[in-house]
Amino acid sequence: MGEKTPKASNSKPSFKNWKKKKYATNAEADVCLPKKVFTTVSGKKIKEIYTPADIADFDYLRDLNFPGAYPFTRGIHPTMYRGRLWTMRQFSGFGTAEDTNKRYKYLLSHGQTGLSVAFHLPTLMGMDSDHPLAKGEIGKCGVAIDSLVDMEILFKGIPLDKITTSMTINAPAAVLWAMYIAVAEKKGISPKVISGTIQNDILKEYIAQKTFIFPPRPSMKLIVDTFEYGAKEVPRWNTISISGYHIREAGATAVQELAFTLRDGIEYVEWALERGLKLDDFAPRLSFFFNSHNDFFEEIAKFRAARRIWAEVMKDRYGAKNQRSWWLRFHTQTSGVSLMAQQPYNNIVRVAIQALAAVLGGTQSLHTNSLDETYALPSEEAVTIALRTQQIIAYESGVANSIDPLGGAYFVEALTREMEKEAKDYIKKIDDMGGMVKAIELGFPQREIADSAYWYQRAVDKKEKIIVGVNAFEMKHEPIPILCIDDAVARQQLARLREVRRSRSQAKVKQSLEDLKKAAADDQNLMPFFLRCVKTYATLGEIMDALKEIFGEYQESIMF
Amino acid sequence: MREESRVREEVMSRKKIRILVAKPGLDGHDRGAKVVCRALRDAGMEVIYTGLRRTPEEIVNAAVQEDADLIGLSILSGAHPILFPKIMKLLKEKGAEDIPVIAGGIIPEKDIPKMKKVGIREIFLPGTSTQDIVKWIQDHIPGVKKK
Repeated sequence: MGEKTPKASNSKPSFKNWKKKKYATNAEADVCLPKKVFTTVSGKKIKEIYTPADIADFDYLRDLNFPGAYPFTRGIHPTMYRGRLWTMRQFSGFGTAEDTNKRYKYLLSHGQTGLSVAFHLPTLMGMDSDHPLAKGEIGKCGVAIDSLVDMEILFKGIPLDKITTSMTINAPAAVLWAMYIAVAEKKGISPKVISGTIQNDILKEYIAQKTFIFPPRPSMKLIVDTFEYGAKEVPRWNTISISGYHIREAGATAVQELAFTLRDGIEYVEWALERGLKLDDFAPRLSFFFNSHNDFFEEIAKFRAARRIWAEVMKDRYGAKNQRSWWLRFHTQTSGVSLMAQQPYNNIVRVAIQALAAVLGGTQSLHTNSLDETYALPSEEAVTIALRTQQIIAYESGVANSIDPLGGAYFVEALTREMEKEAKDYIKKIDDMGGMVKAIELGFPQREIADSAYWYQRAVDKKEKIIVGVNAFEMKHEPIPILCIDDAVARQQLARLREVRRSRSQAKVKQSLEDLKKAAADDQNLMPFFLRCVKTYATLGEIMDALKEIFGEYQESIMF
Repeated sequence: MREESRVREEVMSRKKIRILVAKPGLDGHDRGAKVVCRALRDAGMEVIYTGLRRTPEEIVNAAVQEDADLIGLSILSGAHPILFPKIMKLLKEKGAEDIPVIAGGIIPEKDIPKMKKVGIREIFLPGTSTQDIVKWIQDHIPGVKKK
């Protein structure tokens, strides 16, 4: 009845013998190293152990090199977090501009180091708050911005020359950016010194997030306009954040997120080159945005593979000379879809693990989700815990002391390689289709993602994938306090919009919109025209409606 | 055995349950709606999906035109307190209040009693298994509409 001690063996150490040595009988081996397949959250098969044999032809300088050196597997900067920690940037916005301005000041006073604006859905869709479809949506999923007046209030008392601002805005990105530039100018700050990011990534909207307005081709034109304008006039601004986040949230696997995001990046490069822009003028301003999901090592490998693939694409495929063009700089947000409504305090733990993966993956900035976000926008208490999670990783855990501490681990290197290979296969497939715009028109990435989402749900339903508190370890929990958006928000916003429309010069507004339409029809760079429009206090909805007359609207083909 | 074959016969003679899955609200989060559509189809139901950002009027018109046995609403934007009552009101105006309506998405628990009061039959929150939704429909929706 005593425990069986493993049988001693005289055979040479090898993988085969290791399995034999530990377990005396086959029956025992079946129990201890079950034949059952172990997979990541993406369904990727994982071996029981990784050894030097898994990275047999590994070459340190070729595959990893030092941080700050090609292919940047270990990080884009030579000093990484020893030089400067990642930017702690909580995505935030709700209610009116006044409400959000207050939250920004709160976050900045508690150690947050950059701002990140969440707009409400009507703004994301280029609609004013008085649009019939905006009913019930005002201030709910973000802050309501209809005109420059709202933007002025949003950034009141915030030094735009000292902080950086990221704006999650896509279809109408160029217009919101014009508003930000106009606010800075009004504060006497030159556009040459302001810094931040507009998401401005329309491809992933067609693929995943679905807040599109115009068809793909005119949308791509608008984006290249911002590249061209930014390179000359707002040189410190990241004119795009090429986003895998939403692709992942829509159900993609880690490899699909990696592949579709980088292929989107390639598509933007192609369109910008087509316009005649010089690669090394715009490429250093391209930035990326990834998801950090639950599967710890898969995520770390994804971030490392992303840097390596992008460096190779820029250097070899496009021949970029400027090293900064080779860098894949990225923001990370922990995975919203991994958070559970059941036993919501467990979400703090999920977020901590995901945030740790992002840091070990070498992210440049990070948003940690709040525990209550399966219900609503975060409460102040919840967002504080999320921010503190980052600070604990940064200041207490010690993981930021050494650069890429997992570099060289057999498992991590093998996984990084595998993901690199699989992503490149997807990229090749999309190249062969004629590029990402074409692939989207064919419904390819959309279908791949829907398939993965369905596979995952079935795995959860069958309990092949366990979610703590949902399909295992269930129990009743007390409701938690959540942020409610008062109906007064909608009334205030609508009143302000009426006031803006009443007090401005209608003639100037009309003229600026006419000029915009003419420029759009003549295929000019529209940024200067957007700036003129917003300064006359033309509203976002008016500007987008004018453009719809020229560009038309996108109709998605319905499939599931 | 006889009981079982009788049930099977009854199921075979039914027309398929016809479900309209609709997305009101401005959000583009269609992962859940699409996964549910597939699960219902795999369970042998006929599924019509409206696509994104449908107004209450569009949803009710589609349900009537398509002769739906059930409407499933998916919303994650927080606009349900305005949009759900509107949909229920329009159904009544069209004389289609006999079509049961179920919903899923991000709906805070405190809103559930209000939504049920306006006539939403069941609300499926995050974490619900697709099999539970299929079962609910099989238990509550008679297969054939009496013509």
